[in-house]
Amino acid sequence: MSVLVFIDIADGQIKKASFEAACYGAQTAALLATKAEAIVLGTCEADLSVLGQYGISKVHTVSDAKLNHFDSQVFTKIIADAAAGADVIVFSNNTTGKAIAPRLSARLKAGLVTGAVALPEVSAGFVVKKSVFSGKAFANIGINSAKKIIALNPNAFNITKTDGIAEVAALNSEIPAAAVTVLSVNKVTGEIPLSEADIVVSGGRGLKGPENWGLVTDLAKLLGAATACSRPVADIHWRPHHEHVGQTGLAIAPNLYIAIGISGAIQHLAGVNRSKTIVVINKDPEAPFFKAADYGIVGDAFEVVPKIIDAVKKLKGMS
Amino acid sequence: MKILICISKTPDTTAKIAFTDNNTKFAADGVQWIINPYDEWYSLVRAIELKEADPSVVLHLVNVGGADSEPIIRKALALGGDEAIRVNADQSDSYFTAAQIAQIAKEGSYDLIFTGKETIDYNGSSIGGMIAEILDIPFVSHAVKFDLASSQTTIVREIDGGEETVQVNLPLVVSCQKGMAEQRIPNMKGIMGARTKPLKVVEPIATEALTSVVAFDLPPAKAGVKLVSADNPEELVRLLSEEAKAI
Ligand SMILES: Cc1cc2nc3c(=O)[nH]c(=O)nc-3n(C[C@H](O)[C@H](O)[C@H](O)COP(=O)(O)OP(=O)(O)OC[C@H]3O[C@@H](n4cnc5c(N)ncnc54)[C@H](O)[C@@H]3O)c2cc1C
Ligand SMILES: Nc1ncnc2c1ncn2[C@@H]1O[C@H](COP(=O)(O)O)[C@@H](O)[C@H]1O
Repeated sequence: MSVLVFIDIADGQIKKASFEAACYGAQTAALLATKAEAIVLGTCEADLSVLGQYGISKVHTVSDAKLNHFDSQVFTKIIADAAAGADVIVFSNNTTGKAIAPRLSARLKAGLVTGAVALPEVSAGFVVKKSVFSGKAFANIGINSAKKIIALNPNAFNITKTDGIAEVAALNSEIPAAAVTVLSVNKVTGEIPLSEADIVVSGGRGLKGPENWGLVTDLAKLLGAATACSRPVADIHWRPHHEHVGQTGLAIAPNLYIAIGISGAIQHLAGVNRSKTIVVINKDPEAPFFKAADYGIVGDAFEVVPKIIDAVKKLKGMS
Repeated sequence: MKILICISKTPDTTAKIAFTDNNTKFAADGVQWIINPYDEWYSLVRAIELKEADPSVVLHLVNVGGADSEPIIRKALALGGDEAIRVNADQSDSYFTAAQIAQIAKEGSYDLIFTGKETIDYNGSSIGGMIAEILDIPFVSHAVKFDLASSQTTIVREIDGGEETVQVNLPLVVSCQKGMAEQRIPNMKGIMGARTKPLKVVEPIATEALTSVVAFDLPPAKAGVKLVSADNPEELVRLLSEEAKAI
């Protein structure tokens, strides 16, 4: 009887989304009056006992370089064995979690809720709130099976830290042969991953051309933000595809989303409407984005954004 | 070479999202239904391209849904594909749906199964992985590129913060997203041809549902935008720092 949290690592470090999953798992365990444990697959340089600060009592590791790239079948088998005594298994709803959690659900006949945004309701049954219709609504889903799997949306749950040191123990696990061979990895380095960013600065067709993107990237750099764009901007190759947010791109939920020269079409909003604070800069006062915004400036981005950059510099004591 | 392409029906991206029956059902009145964009634009089109490159490739479409799915199935057939199978059941729980598709896949011994990355209504991203597990075959998710040479596939998949190129043997399940192919529009010949393509209806196999919808909620309405003058962006930065505590 326990909660098991899958801790996703990249380049030997624990992902931010996994700290969120750890806190979520620990608080779910508290609701069920049980403990939370974690599992880490692959070689990890980070000190895993720090997971104790997020409420994890024990970390099971299979520290084998063969697991540094994921194969959903291999990961599912190992996690299924480790989860024999777990009632609830928690993933982050990131690219890794989305590939493994559904397999595990089918393997264990454990009901799955992906895209969870809040702790389960356990007073009557087991009900998890998730984001649906691309952030335009929530569904409360009852899980009817004995074992339950939850994949938590990134940036949907606050990280809280306490004192605590987790016990770290190697799991005696046989590693099945992988069917997926990784030929090459192409990671965008030096950039903040969009799905995990606290602040996102985004540009649309209103910026007229890729040569003007300095406005977006300068402001982003200053704020420690990731950059994003609207779909047409990616389609006409002003910006790379991985920056495209919206209904058919990435769905994000940063603390702050700054939209520059984006009209705010419903399909764009679908990917960003879960952001905590939305700022819109658009020269058209009728742009639909203002209806979804918390703060706005009606004005020409080419005049307004440089002034914002100066003001942020002043705020940060840089000028 | 037989490919099974999973086709789901979703409300149009501009549909008004509202609920009825004490917030337990999506208000479908007046809603325009479309093929889930990931299924239509990426997975189906990529499969059609594979057939164009090798005419011996057979494309079957599968949908789990009621008779009201037939217009979108016909539209998918108009884009391409040889025949379609509809499993006559309300799509409720993901596991139920996946078990139905896995059953069709077993009976038809397909080499390759394509799904979309997710449906734009329930945002599950679940069906593909579940099918693969039931069939005990590999699953590559978030594919942005797919190539096939004899029985080996080379796939570029999205991972957090980048991409990975992987190689996998058939059979397998692939979930598709942007990059796989370019959206197409059905032409007159396709639309006419689709009318006579076989659309087989089969009954579902008995499967337990692992989850059920208790109720839907809508997010609280925004308080309204606070506008700052274009002459005074310093004020915006002050508000973001002091009021929103966002920077
Ligand atoms: C099924 C479907 C799925 C879609 N999925 C997505 C998606 O995932 N993501 C997405 O983004 N879109 C998506 N779209 C497209 C969407 O409908 C819009 O067409 C798109 O978001 C518009 O992009 P934009 O705001 O950059 O450009 P535009 O609509 O051209 O808007 C440009 C804006 O910039 C403003 N502007 C112009 N000059 C300036 C200036 N100097 N200073 C300040 N502002 C200025 C204009 O007033 C205007 O509001 C989808 C569409 C469909 C049909
Ligand atoms: N009822 C359905 N019938 C056929 N395929 C489906 C159905 N529901 C989902 N799928 C497929 O599974 C993918 C992922 O759906 P989901 O896991 O529900 O987000 C979709 O893009 C479809 O390809």
